[in-house]
Amino acid sequence: MTAEMTGIGVSPGAAYAPVARLAPVPAPPADTGPEPDPAAALARAKAALETVAADLDDRAEAASGTTADILDAQSMMPRDPALADQIENSLANGRSTPHAVIEAYGFFRSALEAAGGYLAERAADLDDLRDRTIAVLLGRPMPGLPDPGHPFVLVAKDLAPADTAALDPATVVAIVTEQGGPTSHTAILAKSMGLPAVVACPAAAALEDGTEVLVDGGTGLIVPDPEPGRVRRVLDAEAKRTAALAASRGPGRTADGHAVQLLVNLGSPADLAAAAAVDSEGVGLFRTEFLFLDRETAPTVDEQVEAYGQVFAAFSGRKVVVRTLDAGADKPLAFVDHGDEPNPALGVRGIRLAGTDAGSSLLDDQLTAIAVAAAKHAAEVWVMAPMVATPGEAAAFADRCRAHGLPTAGTMIEVPAAALRASRVLEGCDFASLGTNDLGQYTLAADRMNGSLAELLDPWQPALLDLVSLAAEAGREAEKPVGVCGEAASDPMLACVLVGLGVTSLSMAPGAVAAVRAELSARTLADCAGMAARALHADEAAEARRAVAAY
Amino acid sequence: MPERRVVIASNVGLHARPAKLFAKLAADQPAKVTIAKEGQEPVDARSLLMILTLDAKGGDEVVLSAEGEGAEASLDALATELQTDRDV
Repeated sequence: MTAEMTGIGVSPGAAYAPVARLAPVPAPPADTGPEPDPAAALARAKAALETVAADLDDRAEAASGTTADILDAQSMMPRDPALADQIENSLANGRSTPHAVIEAYGFFRSALEAAGGYLAERAADLDDLRDRTIAVLLGRPMPGLPDPGHPFVLVAKDLAPADTAALDPATVVAIVTEQGGPTSHTAILAKSMGLPAVVACPAAAALEDGTEVLVDGGTGLIVPDPEPGRVRRVLDAEAKRTAALAASRGPGRTADGHAVQLLVNLGSPADLAAAAAVDSEGVGLFRTEFLFLDRETAPTVDEQVEAYGQVFAAFSGRKVVVRTLDAGADKPLAFVDHGDEPNPALGVRGIRLAGTDAGSSLLDDQLTAIAVAAAKHAAEVWVMAPMVATPGEAAAFADRCRAHGLPTAGTMIEVPAAALRASRVLEGCDFASLGTNDLGQYTLAADRMNGSLAELLDPWQPALLDLVSLAAEAGREAEKPVGVCGEAASDPMLACVLVGLGVTSLSMAPGAVAAVRAELSARTLADCAGMAARALHADEAAEARRAVAAY
Repeated sequence: MPERRVVIASNVGLHARPAKLFAKLAADQPAKVTIAKEGQEPVDARSLLMILTLDAKGGDEVVLSAEGEGAEASLDALATELQTDRDV
């Protein structure tokens, strides 16, 4: 029996189910070539390729629409005659079978990369197919999500966006990762799906497929093979917790009646129905990138009107804050030449793209479409720009919005400069929304993509809270709303701290709203201010968390 | 060897879905068909990967060549496919 283990609980809730591990990418053995029988080696490689293709066929049959179309195209690649020719060449040049396969995929990967743009992005698909082929050759499970045929606790070293795209909440009841931090992709995803999750739990490496585990996504505790009585107690408490959350209704309020708007973050039309069904006062962050990424040409104004209109219709009578396109170096557009940027997070992204000719017309089209869609529906439409650094950028954006007939224009505050000068920034626009994920990355000089910097990226970092405090204070003086739309808002205790700092709205993953509402309604505004003072007094994120928990 | 010069109709070019449909159709042909961009080496029309590496865009002209049984009919079928706008 394996001992209890703990990680960081990042998404509350409890679950009990057998473990199924995300199979890792297999490491190929050393090159033992040349193969004694190249013809037999080629036959083995071809058989492995066929197994991979057949598996994709099965998945394409189970999928529909675009996904099926993509999987169908993918299944053609392992069966491609030119790939087999390349493998034959590599075998003739003395490679072992796995290395011949790697070399052959590598040949096409380089060719696609050299073509650039859309094709370069498809190069990653080839890596996935290569890993699958190698796994089959070595007799290992194919990398990717497990499918044991019953509900399970997904255990992985870490999860990449690609792993989680097909995650089915009907079968995955909790997520445990060995790596990652509170702002990692896994944490964000789990919260948005309302799945209990524990990250940064290295001991989970010892968990094997089929072991029954009890997972508490609040405390971070994982119990392998728990006593039946304990399982019953924990699941009873979980049922009570979800019932209490389901019973919490209405606009956000502190115990003494101070109003705090509770809003949801929305990033794709697929999430629209679920997001609209949540009891919230609207959308605090409508990300529009889904319309622009992964396509060959810019969306037309009509297409955008249609997409925005669907959201405005679903949130009729409620507020929707649209964030204009946040593309750029780390999220490149196939139809815009971004040049070569060695430091993407600090490059031409967000509103900075509007300084280019192509970006400027993209923004005009987008604002036109938002205004047309807003006029057709009854949602209260606000618009804000990402990556604003100076008061001048904020004012220029607001002027542009008004010229398009959009009366309420604001600014994301995710660059420390904008937080430091928030009062000047607010002079030229109507509201601000703090993007705590990027603001944390820039304040602590820690790359969000770097898992080993999780502690610096913790939204409880007091320096980050200092900047939130500055911006909220500027909002209070200017009598303009300053909200938070980052991950910080979906942590119930931290949400109280943010309210104590003076933030007027909280926008979060839809699954987090009920828990934040419940926590907030149990505290007075004075309590929240006291919690905020304790957090600001700390030197470390963990210390801030402890100090507030003990309040 | 019979040849056809064809301008690609789909806006996205011979990528994504248009490339897939073309390669599938080529694989169904009795004749062995190649496709080339002007001044470049012809590639096997059945190979989706080789077709992608051609990076042929909408409006580009390509050359189809075929040999073997039913060469003319195969060229007709494949030329028609390339002249069909598959964007929709």
